[in-house]
Amino acid sequence: MTVLRGRRARRGEAADRVRGRPPLVLMLPALVGLVFLVLPLAGLLVRAPWGTVGTRLGQPQVLEALRLSLVSATIATGLCLLFGVPLAWLLARVPFPGVRLVRALVTVPLVLPPVVGGVALLLVLGRRGLVGEWLDRAFGITLPFTTSGVVLAETFVAMPFLVISVEGALRAADTRFEEAAATLGAGRWTVFRRVTLPMAAPGVLAGAVLCWSRALGEFGATITFAGNFPGRTQTMPLAVYLALETDPQAAIVLSLVLLAVSVAVLVALRDRWTGAA
Amino acid sequence: MLRRASVAAVAALSLAALAAGCGDTKDDKSGKSGGSGDKTLTVFAAASLTETFTRLGKDFEGTHPGLKVRFNFGGSSALAQQITQGAPADVFAAASGTTMKTVADAGDVSGQPTVFAKNRLVIAVPKGDPGKVHALADLAGAKLKVVLCAEQVPCGAAAKQALAAARLTVKPVSQEQDVKAVLTKVRLGEADAGLVYRTDAKAATGQVEGIEFPESAKAINSYPIASLAKAPQSALAKEFVQYVLSQPGKAALSEAGFESP
Amino acid sequence: MTAAEQAGGLDARIVVRRPRFDLDLVLTAAPGEVVALLGPNGAGKSTALRALAGLTPLAGGHVRVDGRDLTRLPPDERRVGMVFQEYLLFPHMSALENVAFGPRAQGTGRREARRRAAEWLEHVGLAEQASARPRALSGGQAQRVALARALAVRPGLLLLDEPLSALDAHTRLEVRAALRRHLAGFAGAAVLVTHDPLDALTLADRLVVVEGGRLVQEGAPADVARHPRTPYVARLVGLNLFRGRADGGSVVIADGRLKIDAVASPEGDVFLAFEPSAVALYRSRPDGSPRNLWKARVAAVESRGDRFRIRLDGAGPDASGGDGPDASGGDGPQVSADVTAAAVAELGLAEGSPVWASVKATEVRVYPA
Repeated sequence: MTVLRGRRARRGEAADRVRGRPPLVLMLPALVGLVFLVLPLAGLLVRAPWGTVGTRLGQPQVLEALRLSLVSATIATGLCLLFGVPLAWLLARVPFPGVRLVRALVTVPLVLPPVVGGVALLLVLGRRGLVGEWLDRAFGITLPFTTSGVVLAETFVAMPFLVISVEGALRAADTRFEEAAATLGAGRWTVFRRVTLPMAAPGVLAGAVLCWSRALGEFGATITFAGNFPGRTQTMPLAVYLALETDPQAAIVLSLVLLAVSVAVLVALRDRWTGAA
Repeated sequence: MLRRASVAAVAALSLAALAAGCGDTKDDKSGKSGGSGDKTLTVFAAASLTETFTRLGKDFEGTHPGLKVRFNFGGSSALAQQITQGAPADVFAAASGTTMKTVADAGDVSGQPTVFAKNRLVIAVPKGDPGKVHALADLAGAKLKVVLCAEQVPCGAAAKQALAAARLTVKPVSQEQDVKAVLTKVRLGEADAGLVYRTDAKAATGQVEGIEFPESAKAINSYPIASLAKAPQSALAKEFVQYVLSQPGKAALSEAGFESP
Repeated sequence: MTAAEQAGGLDARIVVRRPRFDLDLVLTAAPGEVVALLGPNGAGKSTALRALAGLTPLAGGHVRVDGRDLTRLPPDERRVGMVFQEYLLFPHMSALENVAFGPRAQGTGRREARRRAAEWLEHVGLAEQASARPRALSGGQAQRVALARALAVRPGLLLLDEPLSALDAHTRLEVRAALRRHLAGFAGAAVLVTHDPLDALTLADRLVVVEGGRLVQEGAPADVARHPRTPYVARLVGLNLFRGRADGGSVVIADGRLKIDAVASPEGDVFLAFEPSAVALYRSRPDGSPRNLWKARVAAVESRGDRFRIRLDGAGPDASGGDGPDASGGDGPQVSADVTAAAVAELGLAEGSPVWASVKATEVRVYPA
């Protein structure tokens, strides 16, 4: 890693020195892409009913939905880390038959329409689902219509982002450091905990951020699996969707709140990481 | 030289991509009803009308050679919003008078909207009725898992009205975004009961059971239809509205479980 | 000298099969002995080292250290210390944490591990760098931390993979001296992989030369340096080496085209070696007709510090008459000669120059093949 870092630093210096005019072939599509991404945001800002923002934000339902969104997205991210990082490690480090198939399966939630994901979750974890029926009978646990259900739906949809990101980081990592740790007497778990994971930390954090963002914006799987009830399963995206039915202005305000909070959190985290590195 | 050419190519492509987004919905405005040539009639209709209108559209196409009827089914208020934002639609059929009113108030309706069907709520329960629901009052049972539409959408407003009329307090486990979502939860057995439109229960016969209840008379939903002011095919639009109001239209609607106005 | 029969130290036979490569090497090292594995690129040195550490699986053979059979143990249970070519210090840990990693992994308490690590850092003269991150260390410091890290696990066997190759020439000198001291203080067996003859000669007690996955020569550094047995080793130690047949004090080399007299010679198949500096060059056939004289042609002139290395080829039997050597000498022995700048100028040596070459019988070493 020292070697890699050195190389990267040198590359950085080179970029400082060689400063040509950026080619138009790249700049033009880049600008078009940027405008395309930013323009809808501008639309929200321009059309926002700024005069009533204060009173709308004061509504307890809004704060409730926001709190629920943040809490559930954070717990979902925690679950993704807990299960996704070992899964990524398995895919990156342990050769087993069918690894390609497993990798493809892991990305299924990415291509699955979230609503379909929600239905699939119902079929498995619902009250009459394959596993859910047993959970209900044996432990009296039902997941649909609960906050746990929200967390589960978000975890399902967001986990692939984490797994893919972490697997990429692990693949890119220099495994010789793990070998060095092994010669020093470290078993695989110690190697993973003290060498692999800390060295893949940037990838893990990037994955966690993606994962959290995806969970925060989750709509389809959540409303399908967990339903919509204020204070229990109504997250911000659900509140936005329903507000759109009757009061588009309120929907804009809610969207802006969600946007502002997520941007603030991401920026704060980013500053902390770069400050620590 | 080559480089310059590639720059131009990328620029052209970028502009073309932007332009494509704006220009693809322009239809031939000079068309007359029943005439030759390809014409498209665009109908925005409430999701609950999906099956009935698809059939009516086919029949309408049959009597108008060269005509293609295109549907956009969705939540009434979402459709209303698309129309007021300038979506090129010819006909709007809504599931509630209020949503039609927002479109009319925006000046987007040509003439007067006409109510062509009515729908009432029924209690939908999973096959076999595991929660043993017989009447609306049963929904207030503490152990029952009930799902309703959110109050913001027409079926939720109707449910609220019916429950208020019956002086009942029901604590739903979820307020779904539309009636189909309520139906899904009931169908999968996640909910013991839900309030849906009679037409929805009828369409799901075999998977859910619909239980009629007298209080539903207090919350009858009207379906208004109107041709739109900025309709690209205004003549055809009026003709389609008439067709829906005609005898074949009524028959199809009643078969789906709608009541006549 | 070898440790094969001893209970202590390293006793290994390393068999590794690769699609286009086959390594089969018997390797032993007594406790306290430093063995250098020497060989050209791709000879299998690093593979052998990795196999000893358990990082590359063995297709056959065995690895025993101090009587303990490691053959089937994973790397983390072998207690084999390894210093990697690029050191591979963990970038997210301080120097102290790097050294404490091994003891910690072996179950030593945190406090005790750090104390021991501090001792080791002190030992290699880096007490002040204890809290420094690897990327803040110089190459030489990183090498010493890597050594301390490997030694801190108290290994029975220490492996060093090209320990000095990542350093610049100046640092190398210092670090080599320090490494020599630490190796001398290490009680276990040590195996060092290198392709630098100077490292091998100064650090090792014994050299094992590997070519193409096989041992081709082994012995004390001085012995190997004086009596190379392959062209690779000869090139490494800078000697002219020939194979020939000895008969009555003279050796016939180069398919019989040249006969060299030596002072002492065994009979039969032999190696014949002499230093480039032992070769004398003449513009014309020298008077007094020294023995071991042949005609040659200059193939290349290379500057080597204050000397010049002349590569000669093309030669014929020495007995031909005439005053000037014939440049069309044919394919005789290829010989290197070291001469002074003055000699290059006086003799007018350039590529293609015809010369006479001779080597004194007293400078020629002959040993059985």
